Amino acid sequence: MPKALIELNHINKSFAGVHALKDVSLRIEYGEVHCLAGENGCGKSTLIKVMSGVHAPDHGEIRIDGQLRSGLNPIEAINSGIQVIYQDFSIFPNLTVAENIALNGELAARKKWINWSKMRQTAKQALDKVGVDLDLNAKVEHLSVADKQLIAISRALMHEAKLIVMDEPTTALTQKEVRALFRVIEGLKRDGISILFVSHKLEEVFELSERITIMRNGKNVISERADQLNREKLVYYMTGRQIDESYYEIGKQSGTPLLRTDNLSLKGCFEHISLSIHPGEIVGLTGLLGSGRTELAEALFGLTPATSGEIFRDGEPVSIRSVQDAETHGIAYVPEDRLTEGLFLEQSIERNMVVSVIDEQKDKWGMIDRRKVKSAVRSWIQKLGIAAHSPLAPVKTLSGGNQQRVVLARWLAASPKVLILNGPSVGVDIGSKEDIHQVIRELAGQGLGVLMISDDLPELRQSCNRVLVMKRGRIIGEAEGKSFTQEVWSELHDARDDDAGPVERRGNTA
Amino acid sequence: MRKWTKTSEFYVAIIILVLFAAIGSQNGAFFSSANMFDLIRSSIVPGIFVICTMMVIISGGIDVSFPAIATFSMFSATKIILMLDFDVPVFAAFLLAGIIGLGLGLINGLLIAFFKLPTLIVTLGTSSMFSGFLLTFVGSRQISNLPAPLEQFGKTQVIKFTTDAGITVGLPMSVLITAAVVILVAIMMKYTMIGRGIYTLGGDPVSAERIGFNTRFLQCFVYGFVGFLAGIAGMIQTTMMRSSNPVDLLGTELLIIAAVVLGGVRITGGHGTVTGALLGLLLIVTIQNSLILVGIPSYWQRFVIGALILIGTGVAAYQIKRSSAKQSSILT
Repeated sequence: MPKALIELNHINKSFAGVHALKDVSLRIEYGEVHCLAGENGCGKSTLIKVMSGVHAPDHGEIRIDGQLRSGLNPIEAINSGIQVIYQDFSIFPNLTVAENIALNGELAARKKWINWSKMRQTAKQALDKVGVDLDLNAKVEHLSVADKQLIAISRALMHEAKLIVMDEPTTALTQKEVRALFRVIEGLKRDGISILFVSHKLEEVFELSERITIMRNGKNVISERADQLNREKLVYYMTGRQIDESYYEIGKQSGTPLLRTDNLSLKGCFEHISLSIHPGEIVGLTGLLGSGRTELAEALFGLTPATSGEIFRDGEPVSIRSVQDAETHGIAYVPEDRLTEGLFLEQSIERNMVVSVIDEQKDKWGMIDRRKVKSAVRSWIQKLGIAAHSPLAPVKTLSGGNQQRVVLARWLAASPKVLILNGPSVGVDIGSKEDIHQVIRELAGQGLGVLMISDDLPELRQSCNRVLVMKRGRIIGEAEGKSFTQEVWSELHDARDDDAGPVERRGNTA
Repeated sequence: MRKWTKTSEFYVAIIILVLFAAIGSQNGAFFSSANMFDLIRSSIVPGIFVICTMMVIISGGIDVSFPAIATFSMFSATKIILMLDFDVPVFAAFLLAGIIGLGLGLINGLLIAFFKLPTLIVTLGTSSMFSGFLLTFVGSRQISNLPAPLEQFGKTQVIKFTTDAGITVGLPMSVLITAAVVILVAIMMKYTMIGRGIYTLGGDPVSAERIGFNTRFLQCFVYGFVGFLAGIAGMIQTTMMRSSNPVDLLGTELLIIAAVVLGGVRITGGHGTVTGALLGLLLIVTIQNSLILVGIPSYWQRFVIGALILIGTGVAAYQIKRSSAKQSSILT
């Protein structure tokens, strides 16, 4: 066999008795876009750490350019042209754009002194390569997620990268930003750089990659050319079970809506929002980042109360000025960034679940009734299928999907009537996503009204009976859930695009 | 220069100018060379301490043990030199104190880097241990008969003149040491890989390791270097006081940390400059030394400094919150 850029043969790796990688092999050719797919916890991240020299394998060999490399360390891996862009981008919020891009290279060259003008120059060149223009002296903490990612890519290019590994690069990006990223990746491929793309979003996997390697439970299941695979096969290999695509439909709604807004506005964020959610409905809400959709959700939940307009619950006008008001009126909100907004990561699953209903867990002395808590928590873990070895384990030990379920459990424990979900499956793998959707549908079936904010078109299509599209703070259209395709989205969104330039991209507005 | 006016150094500088103007307008003696020199003299030892604290806070930690290290180093070094019973040069005395400080600082560094212990807990613990060890095993009585070269160094003035009013004012030689430390650290933080490494460590320690910094080395370096500087600062204190007191300097740590934070060094790590730390110190020293000139009783100084910290950091925090919440309207 001719030599490949990198070959991993029969890699085994255990951590404290957990067998994370079992006889895994991976081969990446020169200049190919390779996709590594698999559910969370299947060993993808460990494999990346092995090839970047962070973890040494227990058994197995690593060959780079055909050469056997034993005892590979991170600096050697970088010098061999392997660059990893981690999910958090590994960038420094406190440093400038220029420094973030250029410092790596200077460090790898074992420089002792810093030459600022040279660093700015190299950073400029790197940004040019990717084709973006950023203020070199800006501190990175003020930039959007997409810009941070571009910085991470530019940095990877700095060091004559031959292989760039991207770990879930699209998780925090909007559709538009994902398109921009794909263009960058195509450009890199033209320059002869190999890409290993780690993802569990099926659309991306097929759109980008030439070859796909699928892992499950620490083993690689299959490594195949992308055109030999299809969606069904891929899902099957990843999850080991058949998942069929279905739609959520309900009959025509009449009667009093659970939640109705009339001309709801928040100065500078959104205006004239009139929408209604009936019992049993799952209403999708989409739009670009910065379209005002998150602000709308936060206004309905009382985080940033609306400045004018009215909100009706079961036909009664209500005033929602605070989160307490929203909770009193049976409105629950599961925020977008479950890690920073929704959970106490260090605390146990149990505590996270009961925190919003701690009042209901009291005994007659006003103390917390341990037995009550235990049984409530156990029932939620069972109902939502949370995979945890103990309810007392800290939440941070769970996978993304399971964390999301804990957040759901927390809010469901308060038995809300209206549930607002912001990006419910961001960073969640296919199997868990399917389970979360199932849970949401069941809840809607029991008469709950759901407002689901998402960028994920298939998710909206499969889960929602109606989808609303927002743009520049206004609702600009509505479509039936099952027919909400990319084309419908573009049509709705671009229909009113003639009045001004593109919407400004802002990381901190949504 | 919109960006320049947004820095916290700029705000501290304005507060200092306002304070100077206010005190000066009430009491003309404030601007006298005697008082100005007094301000500088009061900043010589704390000047090195704020530089130390700034480095530690930028690296994402906090160090409350530097006064204990300084005291331990100066007192033990003085004792050792007295025991040797011959005139070691001043240079050797400073070096000895520095090396003792380096050793103590490395104890902090090793505990923090290799056992991943919280920096506040480690330095609180070692601070008390160093001080206790010193008083138990080395000595608890003040040494007033310093070795002659140290005595001489303390008396030597770098600038000295007599004002019209007939008062002799001057600055001790040690002001040059502080100036050198300030310049050295300023260059190190901005233009060396180690300096930038300290910033990355405070920004995101995991990422710092990923891009290839040896974070354990960096942490040992920070605490070791800070220990070294604290030892030097201790020896300066000895020469300026013309005596070595084993309970001197203890308890100054909070005021130093306050100065650093007032100067815009973010307590959460990763942000801060030498200029800012020095401005913070100038503000605090001015309040300590000169409020008395406008008739504000000395008990109030503590209150004023506390209020400044609350207002200073509060305003900074509020601005950060505002700037991240500030949204240009998306309605077009």
